[in-house]
Amino acid sequence: MKLAVCIYEGPYNHEASDSAYHFIKAAIDKGHEIRGIFFYHDGVYNVTKLMEPPQDDRHIANRWSELGATGIDIVVCIAAAKRRGIVDDVLVDNVRISGLGQLTMMAIEADRMVTFGD
Amino acid sequence: MSDDIKKIMFTVRNAPHGTIYVYEGLEVKLIMAAYDADISVVFMDDGVYALKQGQNTDELGIKGFEKTYGVFVDYEIENVFVDKQSMEDRGMTADDLLVIGEDEDTEAPIKPKVVDASEIAAMMAEQHNIMSF
Repeated sequence: MKLAVCIYEGPYNHEASDSAYHFIKAAIDKGHEIRGIFFYHDGVYNVTKLMEPPQDDRHIANRWSELGATGIDIVVCIAAAKRRGIVDDVLVDNVRISGLGQLTMMAIEADRMVTFGD
Repeated sequence: MSDDIKKIMFTVRNAPHGTIYVYEGLEVKLIMAAYDADISVVFMDDGVYALKQGQNTDELGIKGFEKTYGVFVDYEIENVFVDKQSMEDRGMTADDLLVIGEDEDTEAPIKPKVVDASEIAAMMAEQHNIMSF
């Protein structure tokens, strides 16, 4: 199945980003295709390289970057990002800023869109 | 591809103010309406408050967006529904609902259509994808 994943919440404060990550890893292991990952609302904070969590904790931004390095399209909404001070300069690698049109294409092309957030 | 237009539903379940979900979710609807997709929007739970006319956010010091719903029909977002039970639970009636556009010919105001849970369930079953804001 072709899946798209939306993440609405920021890192650490909320479990959405962790749940989405584990869901995606499990889906890939099961042989599903990830059409794309879209960060919206406070979700845009998940991929800033300015975060520096304690070393014994997971590094959420690096985790997404590593997933992006496998070829999965990871998109941060430009409108949501600009509102929150997230710009190209602070993004981790393998993640891109683009518009809501990308979310639209994911919703159209994916068999299922799975949302993580409140 | 016109014979393969995907049906995408938005559910609005949060109150309009207090969090940004509904406001940023509105931006998604307006963008998505420009694409080849069959869009519908259902307001339910606290989301019905977003459709209450006469909102004023001045004292909250935040930007209101109630008026933006008035362009829905102009943006060809015409399938707009509101859950009857959610309205009743919150003391709202159809008279409280804001206008989402006007009829092209008669210029009569168009309001969201009040539906019940079984009608919403039937519509949900037809969707390609459902997004919640």
